[in-house]
Amino acid sequence: MSETNNSQEIIICRDVHKWFDQFHVLKGISLTVQKGEVIVIFGPSGSGKSTFIRCLNRLEEHQKGQIIVDGIELGNDIRNVETIRQEVGMVFQQFNLFPHLTVVQNITLAPSWVKRVPKAQSHEFAMQLLRRVGIPEQADKYPAQLSGGQQQRVAIARALAMQPRIMLFDEPTSALDPEMIKEVLDVMIELAKSGMTIVAVTHEMGFARAVANRMIFFDKGEIVEQGTPIQIFNDPQNDRTKLFLSQILRH
Amino acid sequence: MAAVEVKPPVLTIGPLAWVRKNLFNTWYNLALTLFAAWLLYTLLKPAIEWATTEARWGVIEANLTLFMIGQYPRDQIGRVWLTIFILAGLIGLSWGVWKNAARGFALIALGAGAAFALIALFFGWDVWVEWLIAETILLIFYFIGLYLPRGALIAGLAWFLYFPFVFLLIAGTKYIATLPPVESSLWGGLLLTLLLTIVGNFGALPLGILLALGRRSKLPIVRSFSIGYIELIRGVPLITILYMASILLPYFLPIDVAPPERVVRAMVGFIIFEAAYQAENVRGGLQAIDRGQYEAAHALGLNGAQTTVLIILPQALRAVIPALFNSFISLFKDTSLVAIIGLFDVVRTARAILAQPEWLGTHREVFLFAFLIYWLFNLAFTYGSRRMEEALGVGKR
Repeated sequence: MSETNNSQEIIICRDVHKWFDQFHVLKGISLTVQKGEVIVIFGPSGSGKSTFIRCLNRLEEHQKGQIIVDGIELGNDIRNVETIRQEVGMVFQQFNLFPHLTVVQNITLAPSWVKRVPKAQSHEFAMQLLRRVGIPEQADKYPAQLSGGQQQRVAIARALAMQPRIMLFDEPTSALDPEMIKEVLDVMIELAKSGMTIVAVTHEMGFARAVANRMIFFDKGEIVEQGTPIQIFNDPQNDRTKLFLSQILRH
Repeated sequence: MAAVEVKPPVLTIGPLAWVRKNLFNTWYNLALTLFAAWLLYTLLKPAIEWATTEARWGVIEANLTLFMIGQYPRDQIGRVWLTIFILAGLIGLSWGVWKNAARGFALIALGAGAAFALIALFFGWDVWVEWLIAETILLIFYFIGLYLPRGALIAGLAWFLYFPFVFLLIAGTKYIATLPPVESSLWGGLLLTLLLTIVGNFGALPLGILLALGRRSKLPIVRSFSIGYIELIRGVPLITILYMASILLPYFLPIDVAPPERVVRAMVGFIIFEAAYQAENVRGGLQAIDRGQYEAAHALGLNGAQTTVLIILPQALRAVIPALFNSFISLFKDTSLVAIIGLFDVVRTARAILAQPEWLGTHREVFLFAFLIYWLFNLAFTYGSRRMEEALGVGKR
C-alpha cells in the first residue's frame, strides 16, 4: 500500500542506541514510519519497546543515532523538543490524567497554555473530542470519579486536543479491567481509520489485525522481525517471533 | 422472584447509647468511670471555687484593650477596626466565591464575631456595634461573592493586596494626613502577635516553595544553596535567629533608608526561619507527585515552568495543607519569643499588666486569659483548615 500512495516519511530513526547505566536497552533501532501508517510494536517485557516509543517524543533520551520527527531532529535543543511534543500526542499505560483538574480542564489545559487558543474555542473543541470518545456527559467530573476505560478515553481526547500529527500509545489497555478494553480499542480503531499516524505498543492482537499496516517484533533491544499482520500471524519467519506469538495467542 | 429484603441492623446512636456502650458496659468500666468522675471533681473543685469567688477578673476587663492592641494610640484605634472590617469582607467574599473550601473559616469568623458582640453587650462595652458591623460586612460580601464574575481572581488578588495594605494602615505614613505614622514599638498585644504570625507565614511560603523547588533542581549551585540554607536554618534555634535579625540586620541595610524598626526586623527573622520549614513541608508534597504527571505534562508540550505551576505545585500544596497549617500554628505560638527582643506581644503584655501596682498577684487570671487567647485561635485555625482539607480533597477520591 505504501508503494501506491505518494507517501512521506514522518518518523525516521537511524541506528538508535540507548543505555540505562551499563544496560544496553536499545541496540541500533532503525525504522521509518510513513504518514498515516499504523504501527504496532510488540514483544516480551523488557525488550525495550516502551523505551523506544518514549524516545520518539524525548521522554527518554537516546545516546547514539538519529531520530527525526516531522523533519526536526531530536537533540538537546529544548525548543525543538517542545515543538515536537506539540506535534506528537501520547497516551500512557497509567492514563496520567491531572487529578486536580476536571475532565474538560484536563483537555483544554495544553491548548490554552501552549497554543494560546481562546478559552471558548478550546472548550468547544474539548466537548467535540469528548463526544468523539463517547463521554461528553463526564466533562465536569474529576478523573478519580471515572472508570479506568473512561479515564483512558479522556487521556486520548487530551492528547488529540493539541491536534497532533502523530499519536503514540504506550500499552494503553494494560492497566484496564477486561470489560473496559474494548471501549478504548474502539476509539483507537476509529482514530486509525481517520488517517492518523499511530505508533502503538500493545499486545491487543485484535487491534493489530484490524488496523495495523505493519507489526514490529522487539526482543532484547532489537527489531527481530517486521511485516504486515497477515505475514506476522500466518507466516512468522523468526523462531523468537513464533515462540512469543504462540505464548500470547494460546490464551 | 423478589429477593428477601433484609433490613440493616438497628443502630443504637445518641448520647445515652454512647454513654452506656462506652462507660457502663462492664463492671470494671463502671468502676473506672466512677473513679474518674471522683478524681475530676476533687481536682476541679478548688479551681472552680477559685474562679468564681477569689479570682479578680477585673484585671482582664481593665486591661482588655492593652491585651488586644498594646500601646497603639487610642485615638487611632479606628485603623485597627478598619483592618478587621476589611478582613470580614474578605472572608465573606472568599466564602461566596470558594464555597466549601472557605466555609469553615467563615463560620468560625461569624461565630466569633457574634460571640464578641454578645460578650460586649453583656458587660456593657460599646464595641458590640463594631462587631455587629463586621458581621454585617461579612454577610454582605458573602452574597457579593456568590454572584461576582471572575470571583476567584478578584478574591485572590484582594487577599494578596490585603497584607501590605494592613501594614500600611497600621504603620501609617507621613504622606497621608489621616494616617499619621505609628511607631512600631507601640504595636502590641494580640495585634502584634497576629501581624507577626501572618507576615511570617505568608512571607515564608513563597520563599519556602522556591527553596523546595531549588532543592530538587538539576543546577548544582541552586541545589546546594537551597540545601545549605534549609539545613543551616533548621539547625539553629529560632531565638538565635531573632537575635541575629534584631542585632545584625541594621548593619546590612543602607543607613539612609529609614532604619528598620524592631518589629520589621523580627518579621524578617520569622520569614527567614519559617521559610526553611515551609520548604521541607512543600518538598514532602513534591515527592508525593507521581512521575507520570511530569511525563504527561511534558508530552503535551508544556514547558518546565508551566508544568511546575499548573500541574505539580497545585497537587503538591494540596497534599501538604495539614503540614502547612501545622507550621502556621507553631509559628503563632513561637511569636511569643519576641518578648526577649523587647516587643510587647500577648505574653509580654501579660507580664507588663502584672507590674501594675493595683493588679499585683493576679498571675493566674492574666496568664489563664493569655492561655485562652492562644488556645481559642488555634482551635479556630484547626477547625477552618480541616474543613478546607475536606473540601479540597474532592478531586482525589
